[in-house]
Amino acid sequence: MLKESSLDPANAVYRQVVKAGDHWSHVIKKGQTFRILDLEGNQAADTLFYNAHDPVDRYSASDTIRCQQALYLTTGSMLMSTGGHALLEITADTCGRHDTIGGACSRESNTMRYAIDKEPMHACRDSFICGLHSHSDDLGKRDITCNINFFMNVPVTPEGGLSFEDGISAPGRYVEMVALMDVIALISNCPQLNNPCNAYNPTPVEAIIWD
Amino acid sequence: MSIIHQEKLTGAGMWSKVIKRGRTLKMTDLEGGANVGMLLYNAYEKHERYNMPDTLKGQYIFNLKAPYCLHSDMGRLFASIVEESSGWHDTVCGASDAKAVQEKYGQGDYQELRNDFYRNAQECFLIELAKWGLGKRDLVPNINWFSKVVSDEAGKLSFVEGHSKAGDSVTLRFELDTLVVLNTCPHPFDPSTEYTPKPVALEIGEADTVQDDDPSLLVRSENQRAFHNTSVYNKLRF
Repeated sequence: MLKESSLDPANAVYRQVVKAGDHWSHVIKKGQTFRILDLEGNQAADTLFYNAHDPVDRYSASDTIRCQQALYLTTGSMLMSTGGHALLEITADTCGRHDTIGGACSRESNTMRYAIDKEPMHACRDSFICGLHSHSDDLGKRDITCNINFFMNVPVTPEGGLSFEDGISAPGRYVEMVALMDVIALISNCPQLNNPCNAYNPTPVEAIIWD
Repeated sequence: MSIIHQEKLTGAGMWSKVIKRGRTLKMTDLEGGANVGMLLYNAYEKHERYNMPDTLKGQYIFNLKAPYCLHSDMGRLFASIVEESSGWHDTVCGASDAKAVQEKYGQGDYQELRNDFYRNAQECFLIELAKWGLGKRDLVPNINWFSKVVSDEAGKLSFVEGHSKAGDSVTLRFELDTLVVLNTCPHPFDPSTEYTPKPVALEIGEADTVQDDDPSLLVRSENQRAFHNTSVYNKLRF
């Protein structure tokens, strides 16, 4: 559901541009509002969330889908954890639909999806590993689960087809969510050069936080 | 295909075993309306696990059916779906937890119900995972065999009742040595308000060697590359 926010980035407590291919992570405190801004349009922001005090309790795509009985994320969606907790609630969305079944690329899955010789390419799950290591040596591959792809459009048909479509995002569109507990947010700003959905051109996003 | 082992899994039962590459697992819905929750891990490197997104996007599918494959998160295949009779199995709706089961079915304690007490799928997974040194960190989206959930254009999901009939079956052929973790708790969207988990029969057999014209290989070029990655792993590992 499209809904604009009344928050002004000029009043934000934190702003950081995340370049294409970079990983970014930050703790979002309970009650803070977190916006991801698609600066140039049709960029996928691959995102994971963890309970900041117990990272074993983390975003769960299947629990989120189960609890809302729907595939796509938008205003009103509660982002659920494996432990059954609501981590964040999406409170504004000027894009309208975000994917959570498409996952993130990896060097290994790129060999399967595109070609064996794509293995050396930069990939999201490597970025996730680096981002987790910046929080704790104890976090790693085992903690990377099925993420959210903000701004990504992966339509499913009633007959069971699945495709990757051109994004429905555009420059300046954003998604905004309120943290319902202290969470670690982890973004891999997808460097995928093999996917036509962003015209083979990864672009930056901006992370903005308000108290 | 010669059968080397068979057993019955009761409703709301749980099961975990390593199945060697080259073997098959046939699951049969004995009464109709069964749901088999499944998680898969590399038997030796257990941080390699079933990956729902790679399985779906690698094959451009939303529903699991023959001759598609079950992909790991390392560009490899755990198993191929060599045969199945219902044409649609869910892998996005996840597993019930204690809260969901109590909200839907009410209190179902062991003290009153003895072994008919209400189990939930997440707890069953965690009990079995613990026996292999795994835990909450290893919970990922699972497969729900025999259950059909469709999406409308807006992404709203609906459970299709009466989808799996008595005698319906699924046969998997394992391509990696795989830790298979199962439970037979009801699908989280099963609309029945009575807790009536259904039993399944399990049969493990020896598969024929994969030929160049195997339907799982031919269905997508992505699968050919995943088979290649799997065979490189097996060649170097064993």
